[in-house]
Amino acid sequence: MTDQAHGHHHEPNFFHKYLWSTDHKMIAMQYLFTGMFMGVVGAFFAYAFRMQLAFPGKEVPLYGLVTANLYNSLVTNHGTMMIFWFAMPVLIAAFGNYLIPLMIGADDMVFPRINRLSYQIFLLSAIVLIASFFVPGGAFGGAWTAYPPLSASANYNLTPWGASLWLIAVALEFVAFLLGGINFIVTLMNARAPGMKMFDIPMVLWTIVIASVLFMASVGPLIAGAIMLLLDQLLQVGFFDPAKGGDPVLWQHLFWFFGHPEVYVVLLPAMGIVAEVMTVFARKKLFGYRTVLYTMIGTGCLSFVVWAHHQFIAGIDPRMSNLFTITTLLISIPVAEMCFVYIATLYRGSIEFSTAMLFALAFLAEFAMGGVTGIFLGSSGDIYFHDTYFVVAHFHYTFVPIAVIAVFAGVYFWFPKMFGRMMNETLGKIHFWGTVVSFNGIFIPLFFLGAAGDHRRIFSYENFPDSALPAYQSLRVVATVFLVAMLLFQLPFFYNFFVSMFKGEKAGKNPWKSNTLEWLADSPPPHGNFVELPKVYRPPYEYSVPGRTSDFWPQHEKA
Amino acid sequence: MESIIAQASSYAADVDRVIMIIFVTVSIWFLIGQFVFFKFIFKYSRKNNPRAGYVTGETPEDTKWIHRAHYSVLVCDVLIIVFSMMTWYHVKQDLPKPESTIRILGQQWAWKFTHPGADNQLDTADDIVTIDELHVKLDTTYHFKLEAKDVLHSFSVPVFRLKQDAIPGRVITGWFKPTKAGEFDIQCAEMCGIGHGIMGARIFIDTATQHAEWIQKNAPSISGITAQLDSNLAK
Repeated sequence: MTDQAHGHHHEPNFFHKYLWSTDHKMIAMQYLFTGMFMGVVGAFFAYAFRMQLAFPGKEVPLYGLVTANLYNSLVTNHGTMMIFWFAMPVLIAAFGNYLIPLMIGADDMVFPRINRLSYQIFLLSAIVLIASFFVPGGAFGGAWTAYPPLSASANYNLTPWGASLWLIAVALEFVAFLLGGINFIVTLMNARAPGMKMFDIPMVLWTIVIASVLFMASVGPLIAGAIMLLLDQLLQVGFFDPAKGGDPVLWQHLFWFFGHPEVYVVLLPAMGIVAEVMTVFARKKLFGYRTVLYTMIGTGCLSFVVWAHHQFIAGIDPRMSNLFTITTLLISIPVAEMCFVYIATLYRGSIEFSTAMLFALAFLAEFAMGGVTGIFLGSSGDIYFHDTYFVVAHFHYTFVPIAVIAVFAGVYFWFPKMFGRMMNETLGKIHFWGTVVSFNGIFIPLFFLGAAGDHRRIFSYENFPDSALPAYQSLRVVATVFLVAMLLFQLPFFYNFFVSMFKGEKAGKNPWKSNTLEWLADSPPPHGNFVELPKVYRPPYEYSVPGRTSDFWPQHEKA
Repeated sequence: MESIIAQASSYAADVDRVIMIIFVTVSIWFLIGQFVFFKFIFKYSRKNNPRAGYVTGETPEDTKWIHRAHYSVLVCDVLIIVFSMMTWYHVKQDLPKPESTIRILGQQWAWKFTHPGADNQLDTADDIVTIDELHVKLDTTYHFKLEAKDVLHSFSVPVFRLKQDAIPGRVITGWFKPTKAGEFDIQCAEMCGIGHGIMGARIFIDTATQHAEWIQKNAPSISGITAQLDSNLAK
């Protein structure tokens, strides 16, 4: 039986294995490495513009002089890259592709060729974005939100090529993720191992699939908007030009109708990864599986009706602010509930502080800060805080835990499965403490600067006497020093990652004594994943079940 | 907030009150959350608790802790929403009767202010137009007519706790009432292109006498205009 079912999985040649693969694991690796590369580029941009803020007008080592023009391009593309080319490919595409078939006991995605196409379009979009730095006029600098009329006309933004390439890259990236998302949803719904019922699905897969549904439901208006903006740029059609009967604020609605669900598109997979890591290293059942699932769906639904809180002072009808304040504050309930449930999962646990677990715990501690500071901005506190560094600090306290801290938890956790070897725990802990401490060192000063009135996207505060005070300048220097420290603390990670890949201790099939199906496969899993496709007998988090000597009970074990 | 940045408008204290209410509420939640979290981390470490318990989190006994917490979050939300809406209404919806009106135009990359001059009427010969300098009188209710010439800008006066985007094709009316004399920053708080970082201006909040003096000194005089015309003709 088994041989017949898997007879077509012959070992492919180099080209088909690494470059033209339809294997979900290889596509996941392609997404992971491309995403990590773009993350490094985005981090380097942050280094360049933060150095300019700390030491205005000085040459930045390894970069050069940051002019006002370059500053805008760097800030714009830092944001764009970190969200669209780092957080999304790594959290959703890499982990989604790697984990979905393995954790549901399937041999591959349902549509392997669509999967390959998805990565190829994604790669193309990344190349287009990087190319935009080398065209006449340079890369787009009108902020990652690309508000027209600035983004719509080269007369205003002075980047005739950069603005269009940026927009084309973003649109291509959306196409890639739509294709990937279709695959994730169909695979999870149709290809589960026999016996795996809806509530037996590991939480990380639910989160990736709910995220894909949110993405598909919200991105349509923005793709339409992107085409309208492209027509404005290239043919001066005037959808967003008031002189031609258009309206610039329309773009903001289209953008944020997508942009706010997008926050939850990346948040949910991060919460999913943390759930897997926490249950394994606390040897505990996830507290209230259904509660978690329903709050995630609830958060997803609510996230469609909060978008205008990004536009409180943008000239929308002021009465609308009241409505969006209510919906925005209500979303704090499911999100707070998720955090409570995760903390409750630790109750009566037996916590092992592995590097993966430390990152998972740090996610909760740090994300809480991002959550509570959002309340200031979702209410009329926004009249003051809008577009200040308070906002910058707030969303970095959400996105860094999501895209950096939770991703590291996932990488340290699944590395043994991906490469068959263990990572070094000592280096991992150096990396952990260095990253988390310096992360707080960057953004706590920025909360104060924001409260003191510093507004965003300013290359030098010398033109603003109230902000140019020496005390504030020293806070900017502190933030920059911690940023450099945080970047340097990534070196032990990369060393650990690449050396362990070849020289690490052999991992075996299930080094963490975990329950879910991916740990039944060999490490790394071969083409086709399982020798014999597994059956599922129980939910994923049966740890420390009373009456059993073993403190875990894999999903595939018959009794 | 006042210790970080001065309050110079009649509603700055309202905005700050909302911020303080939120600060107190979320700080309590944040501290309780972190306290329980760290307590669990230490209490249930592998060393202190070698074998974990089995808790489904689905019995009423377990879920009551979560429910209690989330109903209290709801109560806090309602409290914040009420204060928040009062401030929205006061600052952005309700327009008190103006004692004077100014016009503000944002453009790449400067602020142009039109003051009504001695007759306190806009669009008359004695209007005073300035670039990057706004002069207002203490304790006077102003309306502003905010416009943008090219791209989005945002008129931001941190000491007023006032921020409002300027949009090409629209005239947005808002208000403020300065309550503290002095000279403060005006920012552009919306990305507006290469010069966004230099688009700063200053607001001068003067007493009635100082303000009258400033108007008198800067009034466009007939002789001044004639001299200007003559020199132009001579060229």
